[in-house]
Amino acid sequence: MENNPGTNILDEVTQGDYKFGFYTDIENDFAPRGLTEETIHFISAKKEEPEWMLQFRLKAFRHWLTLKEPEWAHLHHRPINYQDIIYYAAPKKKELASLDEVDPELLETFNKLGISLDEQKKLTGVAVDAVIDSVSVKTTFQDTLGKHGVIFCSFSEAVKNHPELIKKYMGSVVQYTDNYFAALNSAVFSDGSFCFIPNDVRCPLELSTYFRINAANTGQFERTLIVAESNSYVSYMEGCTAPMRDENQLHAAIVEIVAMENAEVKYSTVQNWYPGDKNGIGGIYNFVTKRGLCKGNNSKISWTQVETGSAITWKYPSCVLMGDNSVGEFYSVAVTNHYQQADTGTKMIHLGKNTRSTIISKGISAGKSNNSYRGLVKILPNASNSRNFSQCDSLLLGDKCGAHTFPYIQAGNETSIVEHEATTSKISEDQLFYCNQRGINTEKAIGLIVNGYAKEVLNKLPMEFAVEAQKLLAITLEGSVG
Amino acid sequence: MLLNIKNLHVSINGKEIIKGLNLGVNKGEVHAIMGPNGTGKSTLAAAITGREGYEITQGEIWYKNKNIIGMPAEERANEGIFLSFQYPVEIPGVSMTNFMRTALNAQREYHELPAIPAGEFLKLMEEKKNLVEIHSKLNNRSVNEGFSGGEKKKNEIFQMAMLQPSLAILDETDSGLDIDALKVVAKGVTGLRSEENAFIVITHYQRLLDYIVPDFVHVLFDGKIVKSGGKNLALELEEKGYEWIKEQYHAGS
Ligand SMILES: Nc1ncnc2c1ncn2[C@@H]1O[C@H](COP(=O)(O)OP(=O)(O)O)[C@@H](O)[C@H]1O
Ligand SMILES: [Mg+2]
Repeated sequence: MENNPGTNILDEVTQGDYKFGFYTDIENDFAPRGLTEETIHFISAKKEEPEWMLQFRLKAFRHWLTLKEPEWAHLHHRPINYQDIIYYAAPKKKELASLDEVDPELLETFNKLGISLDEQKKLTGVAVDAVIDSVSVKTTFQDTLGKHGVIFCSFSEAVKNHPELIKKYMGSVVQYTDNYFAALNSAVFSDGSFCFIPNDVRCPLELSTYFRINAANTGQFERTLIVAESNSYVSYMEGCTAPMRDENQLHAAIVEIVAMENAEVKYSTVQNWYPGDKNGIGGIYNFVTKRGLCKGNNSKISWTQVETGSAITWKYPSCVLMGDNSVGEFYSVAVTNHYQQADTGTKMIHLGKNTRSTIISKGISAGKSNNSYRGLVKILPNASNSRNFSQCDSLLLGDKCGAHTFPYIQAGNETSIVEHEATTSKISEDQLFYCNQRGINTEKAIGLIVNGYAKEVLNKLPMEFAVEAQKLLAITLEGSVG
Repeated sequence: MLLNIKNLHVSINGKEIIKGLNLGVNKGEVHAIMGPNGTGKSTLAAAITGREGYEITQGEIWYKNKNIIGMPAEERANEGIFLSFQYPVEIPGVSMTNFMRTALNAQREYHELPAIPAGEFLKLMEEKKNLVEIHSKLNNRSVNEGFSGGEKKKNEIFQMAMLQPSLAILDETDSGLDIDALKVVAKGVTGLRSEENAFIVITHYQRLLDYIVPDFVHVLFDGKIVKSGGKNLALELEEKGYEWIKEQYHAGS
């Protein structure tokens, strides 16, 4: 339609409210504000860490001091004052033997988020590690998993109980020197999850970690390490939320995955950190380094992400395809609304022969937001007969938002094939009216159309997550049309 | 009267397209609206179904004893007004099953009925698919995506059969159809026709009216109904074209 009444409609559907913005009043232990070597000593002491861990942190910190924040991303934000952040906040009660000892306020928090830490009321087949601010409060089903030799625990516990594994794998995929935020995380990370799947084990449960930022003025710096030994399989899910606050809070995480011969790791994320309000006030700054190493032949790592939250997202879950015939996949839906900004994508580094990678990225922008796909496909000279297929689609709701695509392709040999496709489309007023005419209101229609657009990616999520993700997509865009 | 349009004026971007139109439709009736291209037939359909951007500057649209001007499009749909689109739009990634279930449940919610059970819904889909002779695996295909022209039109009639409207407006559902598809469309309409509902059939050709016999035929020209009659008017138009209507109209005005 020429007069395009659709634009107003779109302006209105993206005015929805964040449903997880509450704050829980729990007693906390805080580190003093700011970041010095003392802060690192404080964190390490709080966690009763061995000397080698402290040294790792200090090395990372000293390196971080020599670095500058990266500026290449298509993102704009006020400078982050790293001395104005609290780097450690932990609920006071700790060392929980049973659920009865968990602060009831905390349990309530997770209940409100729809996550039950009570094993009696378990989500079928999902083990949960719940991390609030800087520490893990509870990991469920450890016994069941233990019977299969699977280790699933908080990172701190792993440092104490499995130091050899941590020493061997921590930093083996994402070195502390990798980038500014990786160095920062390596210096100050507080907790996170560790999982280890031994040879020939198909993990009997879906594993999941739920991250919650609660305290004010704190940063969240978690670290996840997943090791899948030969012929093993695991599906891992990550979720996250935060209270609504006017100030911006920093989240800088690291996720490392190692897959040995014939191993497969599926990593799914539904990222729903507080995105800030309609006017762009507040929200999480989300700077994350995620990388998987397909170390063994025939190994496979696949990343599936649904990114709806955060004021700023800077994140490129990547695969290093080292083993011959290894496979890397990246399926992403990134939604931005209001003043949100996302610069996200992946890196597929082909080292081994006959390696294959697939990239499916669906960007959805509404309001005055900016959504960028940035991806690197690099095929090294020795990675003969390798293949990549990339599909990067952008969907625009309204005409005040931006969508950008930055694909980088480096093909280092003649026998490999790299394919890249990209499209940009809009939800048309014709589509909305068609739905309206069938009795479907505009808000539902947008949910329907957006979910249809993202279906290829949503289909890759585990069942429990897919339903949640679909609702989330609709909620995120609520008020973007009216 | 099911639908009563009084002195309707509709503008698009300030340009008047419908210029004082009157039309009354009773339950059980079929009205055909004919007329040359660009005279405002689709605009009339858009005004009745409540499409945004179509500004009603004067007049009233009474439907089921309510003036529906200002009523949101989805509400009109849920009150039983259905439009078979002249150009059905594609919605990629949204399966027909999902789309139809959402539509049907929206209607049921509006009438304070519980959502339709999955089994019952799928049975209904099969039944109505047979009615319009859609034999392909419609359920998992995205709405209108990759459909041929004929399939799109059949799909409109299929949706009509699913939603059981009180007032169905068919906007050139017959254009571009071969004779077999045309028969299917006609069969869909006759199958639905009852004393409780009514049809407005917008068409260029009298062809469709061989199968869906209208009670009234109206000629729309320059935003007004310039001539009304019985089904023979359609035959006359077929024979003589629209020129004589234009001449009569210009001579009269
Ligand atoms: N969105 C629009 N913007 C401007 N003019 C329009 C728009 N839609 C229709 N028109 C104009 O209104 C007139 C009637 O169009 P339409 O109702 O589609 O005619 P018909 O269906 O009888 O062929 C035409 O002159 C057409 O150009
Ligand atoms: Mg028309």
